[in-house]
Amino acid sequence: MSSNAGIKYKEQSLKQRLRRQRFFNICLGAFAILISIPIFLILGFVIQKGIPVLTWAFFTDVPKPVGEIGGGVANGIIGSLILVILASLMAFPIGIMAGAFLVEYPQHPLSTLVRICIEVLQGIPSIVLGILAYLWIVSPMGNFSAFSGGAALSLMLLPLIIRATEDTLLMIPVTLKEASLSLGVPYYRTFLKVILPTGLSGIMNGALLGISRIAGETAPLLFTAFGNPFVSVHLGEPINALPLIIFNYATSPYSDWQSIAWGASLLLIIMTLGLSLLTKVLIRK
Amino acid sequence: MHNTKETVISEKRVVLFERIFRACLFGSGILIICLLAGTFATLLQASLPAIKANSVDFFTTFAWDPVFKKYSALPFIAGSLLTTAIALGLALPLSFGLAIFLSDILPKGIISSFLKVIIDLLAGIPSVIYGFWGLFVLVPWIRAFELRFDIIPYGVGVMTASIILALMVVPYATSLTREILLMVPPDLKEAGYALGATQYEIIRDIVFPQAKAGMLSASLLAFGRALGETMAVTMVIGNANHMPDSLFGPANTLASIIANEFTEATDPLYISNLIYLGLILFVISTIVGSIGRYVIKRWN
Repeated sequence: MSSNAGIKYKEQSLKQRLRRQRFFNICLGAFAILISIPIFLILGFVIQKGIPVLTWAFFTDVPKPVGEIGGGVANGIIGSLILVILASLMAFPIGIMAGAFLVEYPQHPLSTLVRICIEVLQGIPSIVLGILAYLWIVSPMGNFSAFSGGAALSLMLLPLIIRATEDTLLMIPVTLKEASLSLGVPYYRTFLKVILPTGLSGIMNGALLGISRIAGETAPLLFTAFGNPFVSVHLGEPINALPLIIFNYATSPYSDWQSIAWGASLLLIIMTLGLSLLTKVLIRK
Repeated sequence: MHNTKETVISEKRVVLFERIFRACLFGSGILIICLLAGTFATLLQASLPAIKANSVDFFTTFAWDPVFKKYSALPFIAGSLLTTAIALGLALPLSFGLAIFLSDILPKGIISSFLKVIIDLLAGIPSVIYGFWGLFVLVPWIRAFELRFDIIPYGVGVMTASIILALMVVPYATSLTREILLMVPPDLKEAGYALGATQYEIIRDIVFPQAKAGMLSASLLAFGRALGETMAVTMVIGNANHMPDSLFGPANTLASIIANEFTEATDPLYISNLIYLGLILFVISTIVGSIGRYVIKRWN
């Protein structure tokens, strides 16, 4: 604090200073109220528009052509599920191993470099990851595919899983590892049978948060998964996803399609928020 | 049973497995490095045709017209920087205020838990839904506002995109700032109270000078995050491929033009130009993010 700060206080009466304090608190309170308004507006609007659309057929049908009433988003639900599973399958093994590497060799020069890379990787805009998956997979294969969409999402998921693994494994007491090693158990078995099972719930929590984030991503899917009006489980074919349906139908001029997009939005919000709330509850346990 | 099985594995095999396992760990680390190096190399290689074809025109001309093979990055760099700057101008004061509220004024209790839930909810809503809501609720509001003040009533445009972007950045900036404020040593604050300072004076004269560097880095990280935000911006910015000419007029950002035109582009040079824009986006956000992380590391 500078030396003239004391003079600053002396010149103000106590009343003035307390008035300032009150004004400051009121401002912050106003901020808190201000930021609460949009969330109610958004959730309220999505719920109001989405609930009438959520019928049984909405979950089981595929979209219908313009002009026909009805239709659903079964292709998007199944597609989103497949994409998320694909992304997890690609990101989990590498992510957990890389996380283990960072914990096992914290001082290794390679670790420092890996850490920097993970931070940069995490900051790459999602649309750029879409371009990457396009250049690496769509271009050589010659067509849009579920596989490339999963790969794009896995690039987003990877840094999150590495972080979760590193944070969790660091919290496991060293004594546990030492006990296993002192019994003559080789390190790889210690890792697979002692360390990993102990940390698995923590890693899963972090991973679930990551999954809830990638499930709502649209940008990386635009030119990888591309979208598909039918239910598809073929990994080499284009596939639809809930966020893609929302984007395509929301920007269409037909009110039937827009209302389907509201239903899909509500479904997506329930899924992603539900997943992250579930994780928070699990963490507290 | 189990014990006998363990002893059956010969020493040689244990050493072999051990080696394989260590190799896997190192391999995954090296893979991460290759992934990032590969990202940069791939983007650079794919934008080479555009870099060669455009030379410096890409950064000196203002026209993006693929039909006449005219390409320029300036309208989109300007659009990105403008929307991000306005969004941060709206979001940062709010985020700093909320972070102070959560860390110093009311760290516990119902109100602060409620506020945390609100911020979590804001963070959890997918980008495309922000865009959808913006298109159907915010755009008509902005249009009504523009009609009242005699501005061309586009509805969509830089301002609309910035407001949506601000909403999306607030949770991120708030949680970053809150972590930084919580790191200010409590002894210092208590010393201030002991001298009879009010809470406002402590925040202004003790917490703020301590947390200044951290808040700068939080701002830079939020800047990087907002720069790359794609879907919501694409849906409400109006997608006009020229320099942003007014705060309420349509424009385009680096991310939104890629999202809009990538699947439509058929000419290889056109695609290469879009990838070039992606490379620029990647480089800017990486540099801004790295400075942000560097500042916070130096400060710690």
